[in-house]
Amino acid sequence: MSQNILFLAHVSETGNTLPKASYEVLGASLKLTKQLGGRLTIGLIGEDVSVVAETVAAAGADRILAVVGPDFASARYASDAAAAEAICRSAKADLILALATSRFMRVLAGVAHRLNGCVDTHVTALEAVDGEVRATRWHYRQRIEGVIRRDTRPWIVLLESGCEAAWVNTKTNGSAAKIEVIPVTLPKAATRTIVTGIRAPKSDVQTIRPDANLLFVAGAGWTKKQANGKTHVDQAEPLILDFLRVTGASLGGSKSLVDQSGESQAVLGFMTHLNQVGQTGSTPRHPKGLSTCCHGEEPHVVGWRFINERRAVNLDPNCGWARGKADVLYVADAFEVLAKLNALLAQRNRTGPEPAAQGALVN
Amino acid sequence: MTNGYHIVVCGSIVPDPLQTLEPIQTPTGPALKNEMMLPAVLDPWAAHALYEAANLASKAAGTKVWLVSVGPKAKLQQVMMTIAQRVSFELVPVDSSASGFADAHSTAALLAETIQGIAGLDRSRLLVFGGWESASRGAGATMQLVGERLEILDQFQGVDQLSVQADGSFEVLERIEGGRHQVSVCQGPPALFGWATGNLPEPRNNPQVGMANMRTVMPALQRAKSVPLADGGLHFLSASPPKQQRQTRVVKDLSAEQIAQEIAEWIGK
Repeated sequence: MSQNILFLAHVSETGNTLPKASYEVLGASLKLTKQLGGRLTIGLIGEDVSVVAETVAAAGADRILAVVGPDFASARYASDAAAAEAICRSAKADLILALATSRFMRVLAGVAHRLNGCVDTHVTALEAVDGEVRATRWHYRQRIEGVIRRDTRPWIVLLESGCEAAWVNTKTNGSAAKIEVIPVTLPKAATRTIVTGIRAPKSDVQTIRPDANLLFVAGAGWTKKQANGKTHVDQAEPLILDFLRVTGASLGGSKSLVDQSGESQAVLGFMTHLNQVGQTGSTPRHPKGLSTCCHGEEPHVVGWRFINERRAVNLDPNCGWARGKADVLYVADAFEVLAKLNALLAQRNRTGPEPAAQGALVN
Repeated sequence: MTNGYHIVVCGSIVPDPLQTLEPIQTPTGPALKNEMMLPAVLDPWAAHALYEAANLASKAAGTKVWLVSVGPKAKLQQVMMTIAQRVSFELVPVDSSASGFADAHSTAALLAETIQGIAGLDRSRLLVFGGWESASRGAGATMQLVGERLEILDQFQGVDQLSVQADGSFEVLERIEGGRHQVSVCQGPPALFGWATGNLPEPRNNPQVGMANMRTVMPALQRAKSVPLADGGLHFLSASPPKQQRQTRVVKDLSAEQIAQEIAEWIGK
């Protein structure tokens, strides 16, 4: 049975691009459209989508729908829900694919309810088998992987980044985008909330770098008593920050470490709950991960599900990392190793090319 | 706000994170092996929501906090023995499945219906709290579905901070990409907040609070109605734990310098 597929996207904060990983979802949408013999519609939300529409015009969608205007510039539930609902209704889509950005994670479940449809989030794979769409997602915080299908339509699927090949425009001649703008007038009740801005740490203390090649995780051991019976938080902080600076790595923390700030214990000043990786933290996606002073217990390691290459430095040879959770466990003092490592990397950076600049999108 | 808020916290139970989880197939779909035997805790993000609700209640006189919890009655009772000692609330239990394989839409419908049935709930003072995701289903969708059913248009997810302003409006900090927060100002109730971790420490056990809570918790659990959850058109084709087990190389005999050398080469690859 032919299916209408809608690729739904919002413009990024800069206002003239899509979030980078949206092109992965566009790639997945095109693949499914082909497999199912369906029709693809692109839906865009933002203050002005004209530039963005040009970038996806060559994808070959039947229609490009948009809801535009100042009301749709920022990520507000009421306005985003109205915009997404209008696009979905106009597209008459059976399957709606979108990137799991914070903006869409906030709003698309509500849209599914308005459409009498259903929603699934954090989907890591999507495939068509004998005309049936199957989605893969994790349950119990990355501890059980489920493959599901849904009877209800429309079905909104929010895909995680890094799971599909991104669509790349290979056409040399540009296609002019024909945008069908759908008028949406917000009721007064939808404007009770005003987005006033973004609060971010200063760039020199920003430690979360989702595009980094390496995740560096600090465990509670950094703040515990060392061999001389004293804590060395004053040494731990510069060691970790130096490492982040020379490698461009993203910083993660174990729950026990980030919780210490709420328990009036010695803490690393730059470590917050936003850095927390694991059962009640994030599940970041980086090619490599290096754990230090962390025992590698299951509630933490579930946050490493999408880290491919894993190494750990810990004094305990029987810690969780040794039990099949890391590729290499170095039984050593992380203070000593990191000091040597920083010196080595700094020397290499002085004599070699600069490390690649790292962006900061999603953790 | 002179009369305080009516805060309804949605939160259920999840297996203790230290437990090994093994999926099994049942006639109604996947489930956890020995699910009823596994020790349970209040879902961590929902627990944060509850603590934030209690914190707000302590600052706004006249505020009342309800905890609406969908889960097996026996397990709810077990978890309440701990949670009830932490903060004051009135439990509104529903005896049903708390499985991570349950459909978010069905759970949301049950939660919304239960909230609407709370006697004396004032919509003009209503704040719906919950975790932005659960540690079981982890959908990050249930709260939005509840909000839609309650016709709440001001919804916030990944909330780390809620500050009441002098004019009664809220300043809300929501987590967004790159370790940042989006700042919004909402005119006031009704509103829905899916909490991330916030900034509050876990409250200490207070036996007096526990005794006061248990006077209402136990009767509420006895009255809890049993409701089967519909599958909502959700079908599981498989449910399995990850298979990958790494062959860990444990390195014990290298100096810090040699280890640093090895790690540097690995990072540079």
